[in-house]
Amino acid sequence: MADPRAKEGAILSLEEPETTGPETFFVEAVRQALAEEMERDGRVILIGEDIGHYGGAFRATDGLLSRFGERRVIDTPISEEAVIGGAIGAALRGLRPVAELQFMDFAARAFDLLVNFAAKYRYRTGLGVPMVVRGPCGAGVHGGPFHSQTPEAWFTHVPGMKVVFPATARDAKGLLKAAIRDDDPVLFLEHKFLYRRVRDRIPVGDGPVPIGVSAVRRPGRDLTIVTYGAMLWTALEGAAELSKEGIEAEVLDLRTLRPLDEEAILASVARTSRCLILHEDTRTMGVGAEVAAVVSEKAFARLDAPVVRIAAPDTPVPFSPPLEEAFLPNTRTLVTAARQLAAW
Amino acid sequence: MTAVSPERLLDFYRLMLLNRLLEERLVNLYRQGKIVGGLYRSLGQEATSVGTAHALEEGDLLSPLIRNLGSVLTRGASPRDVFAQYLGRAASPSRGKEAHLNFCLPERGVYAGTAMLSTMIPVMAGMLLADGILGKRTVGMTYVGDGATSVGAFHEGLNFAAVRKLPLVLVVEFNRWAYSTPFERQCAARTLADKALGYGMASEVVDGNDVVAVFQAARGAVARARRGDGPTLLECKTYRMKGHAEHDAQGYVSKEELEAWRVRDPIARFERDLEEAGLLSGPERSAVHDAVLAGLDADLAWAEASPMPDPADALRGVFAESR
Repeated sequence: MADPRAKEGAILSLEEPETTGPETFFVEAVRQALAEEMERDGRVILIGEDIGHYGGAFRATDGLLSRFGERRVIDTPISEEAVIGGAIGAALRGLRPVAELQFMDFAARAFDLLVNFAAKYRYRTGLGVPMVVRGPCGAGVHGGPFHSQTPEAWFTHVPGMKVVFPATARDAKGLLKAAIRDDDPVLFLEHKFLYRRVRDRIPVGDGPVPIGVSAVRRPGRDLTIVTYGAMLWTALEGAAELSKEGIEAEVLDLRTLRPLDEEAILASVARTSRCLILHEDTRTMGVGAEVAAVVSEKAFARLDAPVVRIAAPDTPVPFSPPLEEAFLPNTRTLVTAARQLAAW
Repeated sequence: MTAVSPERLLDFYRLMLLNRLLEERLVNLYRQGKIVGGLYRSLGQEATSVGTAHALEEGDLLSPLIRNLGSVLTRGASPRDVFAQYLGRAASPSRGKEAHLNFCLPERGVYAGTAMLSTMIPVMAGMLLADGILGKRTVGMTYVGDGATSVGAFHEGLNFAAVRKLPLVLVVEFNRWAYSTPFERQCAARTLADKALGYGMASEVVDGNDVVAVFQAARGAVARARRGDGPTLLECKTYRMKGHAEHDAQGYVSKEELEAWRVRDPIARFERDLEEAGLLSGPERSAVHDAVLAGLDADLAWAEASPMPDPADALRGVFAESR
């Protein structure tokens, strides 16, 4: 597949002039979180395919083998059940494993261990499985059907599993730290398109960002755009366009999908009375369906218009650029839908 | 038999008897409609469970299959735990959240697997990897039946354990039937132990109804693991005398086959051996029986008198913060 580093494009960053610290790409933020947590806690180990000498398919673990040694940076055979099973076992014996899936699509190879073993073990036995499963997901880099999926909805339905999906470099670092310190299994999705496109100033010594807390990335009075992951940047671009027409959209970045920050969603919708959900995952039974259900159950009286979802169509992710472009939600479709919603 | 101390031999006997008599109590409860869910028997497989688990030492790890009642008893689980599990009681190790042998006793190194067979192989590999990192010389033992050797996790787990030379003993219980499917419809290999060759790991085939032979083979595998020479696949040839579970009348099994294995019953055979060796007289045998039965009666009475879970507990314990 195409190396996303070769992709042309502007660097994405939130405008936070008050924040100081080194400019850090998303993938570097992931690596920093791993290194700082390994430094802080000797129980943190890494396990995955090609994460040692090679430094990971996207270089997220580059340099960590030489820094922390083979006992803590463990290359497995090409064997996702060994990666996830190994991480579960290590967690049960008191370590804090961070498993890398080379692509999140491959989580399907270890689905049983994730949903039947890791997610249910505390409920069944009283013993928790404090592990993180992280890796790249998402389309826009011409990866084709098996290197482009955003599989969060495979897991958001599973009781016992937390699902985190950062959109900024600073969040990638802070949320990964929080995930490593969490006492339960956390699925941590990193959109590969963001690895070298998003760059933030991250203060030195930046701590964990709490799991389960969303962030308003742009305030607005006319409608709420609920989104997460790479679509945050589409939402912000769309909101800027809408603003030129006098429509002020509030952009809510969920950051964590499970547990869902219902309070913040409801508070925003209470302000705007209109709700649009934007996600890259396919539409049917996606995270947007849950958000729409929460809003209609708990904020129906505050709504001035039906809830709208913008999502990918219910197809596999196609390979060729024009097809992939047609698959992905974009600013144009967002702005069109938002305009209609605002005028409803 | 002489290579094993008389104390250990008599403990084998007590534990196999405890396995069988506890299970007889469970059958009675099942017939009275008191068991919650199904009852999965271990009749005829007691020697494999007890002989293998007895080879472990303090601090070692064991994860049983559904038929390894003898293994968890050998590792120190109480019959109270087992009764309370089968009756779905609040005081069961899983607090009523799980069935039968699906419970953990971490202080005894006992860890539950899942109903998805073979998944405990990669998980146990991870546990042993972690213990190695933590500087512990732990050995881990887990079990699969002949049917579970067809599952993907069997391959991925064993390959990983062998590559990493992890101190794992995988006991493969060849009991001939995977639910209703016979071995020849599960596997084209000559023996299940042959599969170990492909992973570059040690293997051994042993008579699974001979508790002493099972113990000695398991002790060898545990010693190999502890010295850092990697995992072993230990195939124990035994037989599932009952259906997959109590509801299964095993109409697919011939009377001749059952009869041929009935005469190889591991407990009757071991009683004869102990008597011949002068280790178990008639009165001694009665005394062991009486002691086991008295303990079981007390434990069952305790379990039956213990309360069912509070319905509110159904919502607790999904996450650390929802305890």
